[in-house]
Amino acid sequence: MSLLRTENVIMQFGGVIAVNDLNIDIKKGELAALIGPNGAGKTTAFNVITGVYTPTSGKVLFSPTDSAGVASEIDISGKRPDKITGLGIARTFQNIRLFSDLSVLENVLIATHLNINYSFLSAMLRMPKARKGEREAKEKCEFLLERMGLIDLKNEKASSLPYGQQRHLEIARALATNPQLLLLDEPAAGMNPQETDELTDLIFKLKTDFDLTIFMIEHHMDLVMEISDHIYVLDFGCTIAKGNPNEIQNDPKVIEAYLGVDEDVED
Amino acid sequence: MKNTQNSLGAYLKKHWKTVVFLVLVLIGIGIADQFVNSFMRRLLNLSAIYTIVALSMNLVNGFTGQFSLGQAGFMAIGAYTVAIFTVPVGLRSTIFYLAPMAPLLANIQLPFVVALILGGFLSAGVAFLIGSPCLRLRGDYLAIATLGFSEIIRIIFTNTQTITNGALGIKSIPTINSLWWTFGIALIVIIACFLLINSSYGRAFKSVREDEIAAEAMGVSLFKTKMTAFLISAFFTGIGGGLYAALLGTVDPKQFYFTLTYNFLLIIVLGGMGSISGTIIASFVVTLGQEALRFLDEPMAFGLDLPIFRPGLRMVVFSFLLMVVVLFYRKGLMGTNELTWNFIINKYRSIKSRFTKKAASAQGGDSK
Amino acid sequence: MVVGMTLSTFLQQLINGLSLGSLYALIAIGYTMVYGILKLINFAHGDIFMMAAYFAYFGISVFFLPWYVTFIITILLTMLLGAGIERMAYRPLREAPKTSLLISAIGVSFLLENLATYLFSGKPQAFPEFPVMTTPIFVGGLSIQPVSIVIPIVAFFLMTVLLFIINKTKVGMAMRAVSVDYDTAKLMGIKIDNVISSTFAIGSGLAAVGALLWCMKYPSVLPLMGVVPGLKCFIAAVIGGIGNVKGAVLGGLILGFSEVLMVAFFPSLTGYRDAVAFIILIIILLFLPNGILGKKQVEKV
Repeated sequence: MSLLRTENVIMQFGGVIAVNDLNIDIKKGELAALIGPNGAGKTTAFNVITGVYTPTSGKVLFSPTDSAGVASEIDISGKRPDKITGLGIARTFQNIRLFSDLSVLENVLIATHLNINYSFLSAMLRMPKARKGEREAKEKCEFLLERMGLIDLKNEKASSLPYGQQRHLEIARALATNPQLLLLDEPAAGMNPQETDELTDLIFKLKTDFDLTIFMIEHHMDLVMEISDHIYVLDFGCTIAKGNPNEIQNDPKVIEAYLGVDEDVED
Repeated sequence: MKNTQNSLGAYLKKHWKTVVFLVLVLIGIGIADQFVNSFMRRLLNLSAIYTIVALSMNLVNGFTGQFSLGQAGFMAIGAYTVAIFTVPVGLRSTIFYLAPMAPLLANIQLPFVVALILGGFLSAGVAFLIGSPCLRLRGDYLAIATLGFSEIIRIIFTNTQTITNGALGIKSIPTINSLWWTFGIALIVIIACFLLINSSYGRAFKSVREDEIAAEAMGVSLFKTKMTAFLISAFFTGIGGGLYAALLGTVDPKQFYFTLTYNFLLIIVLGGMGSISGTIIASFVVTLGQEALRFLDEPMAFGLDLPIFRPGLRMVVFSFLLMVVVLFYRKGLMGTNELTWNFIINKYRSIKSRFTKKAASAQGGDSK
Repeated sequence: MVVGMTLSTFLQQLINGLSLGSLYALIAIGYTMVYGILKLINFAHGDIFMMAAYFAYFGISVFFLPWYVTFIITILLTMLLGAGIERMAYRPLREAPKTSLLISAIGVSFLLENLATYLFSGKPQAFPEFPVMTTPIFVGGLSIQPVSIVIPIVAFFLMTVLLFIINKTKVGMAMRAVSVDYDTAKLMGIKIDNVISSTFAIGSGLAAVGALLWCMKYPSVLPLMGVVPGLKCFIAAVIGGIGNVKGAVLGGLILGFSEVLMVAFFPSLTGYRDAVAFIILIIILLFLPNGILGKKQVEKV
């Protein structure tokens, strides 16, 4: 069953078509990857899905499962980013966007704000409900920080963390919104091979433990080929290929547009 | 039952320093209320009111990162509400001698507290009207729109003769004398703000300040969050304005010229945008400082007839101070830190270690 | 109310609206240029306008200089003041958060107002009269002050010159480049500081001309005279589409006309004259958040 589908999504800025006719179909529980050379429109596609941009035309259809276990398809194109997050899509950013002046724990706690069940008045008077809500949120966030190996740093300023841990914190923060679909924008960017391996394991574990569907943009081909069920290849805004890792690796168009060049650079 | 007692005990154990401090503050206010002269009493009252208004300004400008300049206008709403509804009915015909008060209002007199709270709500209601269009837009338009609003309010109050008595203003407002009104309400506002800032709402405020796009991606509704901060701020500012009217005993439109807002801006910049304790300290420093520097406006300041001392110098010094703080001490006194016990202890340690180092190096120099 | 108005009084009001609107436009250009480049509401701009009025007052009434010498000195001094303010109060904050810059601008405004009150006293000073400009002439039943005609002519001449500078000269091209993309412009070797200084100088120069014309029409100089025109002109810039010079002119004219015509048609609302601008602002922000000629801003993520 599809969790996220896009139908002929086009995103145009002035005369520039950043995403042209994007059609993806991500099944529940799978791990899909979006690859393509720089400037191919990958991040723009993420921005359209998460509501940062309203697509020029086309539909973005998301089928979250509600508390009763029923899934229904909704068109989320043009909805506000916070609404989309509330429906169950969380993301990380390619160019890390943590709340740099706040502590690690606060960063994660902010992501629980959308599930808050007490009013600001109750917060100002520290009513029992507010106190309970705070306690539960804190427990949940500490659990997530524990999972991401950041619990000892919970009182540090986010900006003081080393780069790799900032990326981990971004994932912890995204998980705190209770997502069904997690979008990772180059989670392994800037990591060395060993860190990348660790991240690969971690993503895989998170996916099963939190019952997630994951859609990620990534340049590390080893990582992509190892864990993806499905791969979409973008070039100049167009989807030039889709399929499983094996198919993608042998697709002449992909090799021409992307893999050949990239491998030359990497090796 | 046992459980609550335990948790209370645990609470006291954990926060005993704060509790002791609060008790000392209350005793201090009580003593001051008995013994200070009327001049000092007025200054302390004013400081407490400035704390309320500056803190509410900081909620929006410092914690949420939105630039609002409407404090004078929101204060005016609170002040006029108290003025209109608490002046004894019998005195109204002598105050409104140019045109009689509107019959709808002429016979309504409310108790002070009710008028005060009503002023807060009216102020928040107006904030909702301004905020609805402006908080959806790029941040800096809010500055102009709120500044504009505070001017419009003044213009309206100058022109609505039968409600506000126009440019003549309203006199004979029953005054408050005891320090408990202003300090009591200031304490409530401080505690409420503190609890708010340390709740999920406060974190949402800060996330909007830090990075709007990331905040939205984490499910924080920008508009709702900004609006919450703006409404709470306007409510408390209205209350502050009501107290101001009751302290002075008279209101007129000129008191709420937008330069009044600049006083609060100076306070929050000096104290630190995003620090509650900084705001409290700066409110007292600025209010008392403005009084202490009054000699600058007096030609015979040092018994000498120096031409530089004449009316206006004090405000020049104050605006200059604002510039110095912005240019050279951008974070103000506290930055976004709070004066917590840990903060004090750490500061004390770092100062102490600096001194011991100095002493040690000085001794080293001697022995040579 | 409307019935009592004859065609000639209506025309007269239109001329008044045009001249007030042109004055607003001259000041609004300074706001829009600075905002275009620094994304800063230069709160001090209205006070730069006020200082220009004092310069001219001192030149003519205190130092008894001929008016043309005074006017030239006034314009030059004001340009220097504008660029100097940028150098002292804004440049050190180039890398600081935007809020600091905004507070600095408010601080400069507050300082200039207080300094003027302290140095020149809060009392209004009478600006020297220019009878040639203010003695009404009669044209087809209309009594018109020549200044009301001179203002739009001077204003439109200066705007044409400015548009030429912006569109055809090297410094204008640099200004446009900086306002489109600050960082890239810097990388392309544009001397950002020089561009910003010239922007402030040009904006302040226009404000000085505005002040001279303003004082001929309303001959009174006082420390807070720049506040309300300043606020209104920023609003004019927003209405037209901030960052766009033609927009600022359009916004200024809209504001000038609406103010004059509202007072003419509804004399009972005269007291609310200064509120018109803010009401228009709110309406525009609701329906055209980017102003009439403004472009939609897309934030890069």
